[in-house]
Amino acid sequence: MSAQPPEQTTEATRGAFAHRRVFIFAAIGSAVGLGNIWRFPYVAYDNGGGAFLIPYLVALLAAGLPFLLMDYAIGHKFRGSAPLSFRRMSGRGAETLGWWQVGICAIIAIYYAAIIAYAIRYTLFSVDKSWGADPNAFFFKEFLQMEVGFGLDVVPGVLWPLVVTWLVVLAIMVGGVQNGIGRTSIVFIPVLLIAFVALVVQALLLPGAVDGLNAFFTPDWGALTDTAVWAAAVGQIFFSLSVGFGIMITYASYVDRKTDMTGSGLVVGTANSSFELLAGIGVFAALGFMAQANGVAVDDVAADGIGLAFVAFPAIISEAPAGALLGVLFFGSLVLAGITSLVSVLEVVISAVRDKLDLGRTAASLAVGVPVAVVSGLLFSTTTGLPVLDTMDHFINRFGILLVAVISMVWVAWQMRALADLRAHLNGIASVPLGGWWSALIAVVIPAALVYVLIDELLVVLEAPYEGYPDWLLAAFGWGTAGLVVVVAIVLARLPWSARTPLDVPAAPEEAAR
Amino acid sequence: MTTTAIVMMVISMLVLWGGLGLAILNISRSDRHEPGPADAHRDL
Repeated sequence: MSAQPPEQTTEATRGAFAHRRVFIFAAIGSAVGLGNIWRFPYVAYDNGGGAFLIPYLVALLAAGLPFLLMDYAIGHKFRGSAPLSFRRMSGRGAETLGWWQVGICAIIAIYYAAIIAYAIRYTLFSVDKSWGADPNAFFFKEFLQMEVGFGLDVVPGVLWPLVVTWLVVLAIMVGGVQNGIGRTSIVFIPVLLIAFVALVVQALLLPGAVDGLNAFFTPDWGALTDTAVWAAAVGQIFFSLSVGFGIMITYASYVDRKTDMTGSGLVVGTANSSFELLAGIGVFAALGFMAQANGVAVDDVAADGIGLAFVAFPAIISEAPAGALLGVLFFGSLVLAGITSLVSVLEVVISAVRDKLDLGRTAASLAVGVPVAVVSGLLFSTTTGLPVLDTMDHFINRFGILLVAVISMVWVAWQMRALADLRAHLNGIASVPLGGWWSALIAVVIPAALVYVLIDELLVVLEAPYEGYPDWLLAAFGWGTAGLVVVVAIVLARLPWSARTPLDVPAAPEEAAR
Repeated sequence: MTTTAIVMMVISMLVLWGGLGLAILNISRSDRHEPGPADAHRDL
């Protein structure tokens, strides 16, 4: 029997968001990340343009939001990090799923910080357009000094912003749930919105912007009969919402018990998609300008990811009137969106370590943050950083996040048979009550859709080496990383919990007092 | 812009941004419990 009353061990010491709105801002900060800005616009454009709205909405309502609510229910009911919540649900086997999610988050944190570091440098580069006439050569040769392979030749121009990123993030993590994560989100998300709206307005005023919007919104209705387009919509919603790998479980565990989680989830889900639409308008307005300036079609300049951010956008900034402002707004937005997302993936790891070892906030933040930051610096401040980053990102997203999402959903629905219980928990205080349809979506429809996406992705990587990278690189940093987190999860699930961490389902304080 | 593109743009805005507006309206109406700062738990 625990020496402390339950409210001491499960809530007072773990930290919590002081208000529901702080949780909502933190959850939006997690969901709105780099993918909203640099992935959604191209995915939508490439999969039917305006017609993509239909599969996208279906994916949001039938897959994204229900899955988000499952994560909320698990964290909110079982009041723990991902491993602790799964352990409390159904023992050690389920705990392994939680540690798998923690391992994925540790890997993502390692490389995500590097992209924020690039964005910090490019915010500064924007002021005098340091990339000159050839942004492509500048990014790969001059800035990254990129080589494909593995080496430890440090690039100082990447190292220092990476150190700055980690110092800022560690300070936020040491600050705690409310004073660190919560306050950062409350400030960063409104600033991000203002900066991005300013960017969109500036982009819309550029000549050719209308052509970009025309390309972005013109529907290709034929795309709706293509299953690949529906899979792309599910994939975009899934990757964008930060569901299925522990973040929303962890954040929900910090929310007051008497909180309407379904209403909160609707706000988070629609806010994330609203920002994606805003990003699509801003990015394609800017691409329309670039196409007109170069006398080519929008299709010839459309891009996503690293290529969009660090090659196409610098070219736009160089040619646009008041380009420096456009650059500071764009890269500044990437930094803000990136930090609030990085903080959330790191919190999954810190929260799990805190629960397992009953460490204090500062000790756990440093015990997790410092090693992750060191590995991040060693791998990604070097000349070989980008290919390693690209490989890890591609494989851990598909054969980490997607895989654990499918398995955990099937486990919760069919092994634990916990959906009725979770639904009852959410419906306890719900402005939007969930019916049996929610269980059906979680148990059958969403896993089936994700398995389809997963098989599709598997076939692509088996068909040809990803990005033409060498086999050893893909084996070590792609398959190797995705496999390593599973092995580590199995080991960690077998280690004992601190005696001060109760493994039974925590009773609400008022129930415990009876 | 073509008429179809404009229509799709307006529909996208109405559905997504309107959806966000309705979601915010929903939680602000159904606010049954909003703990004050005094309820914030310590983060030891």
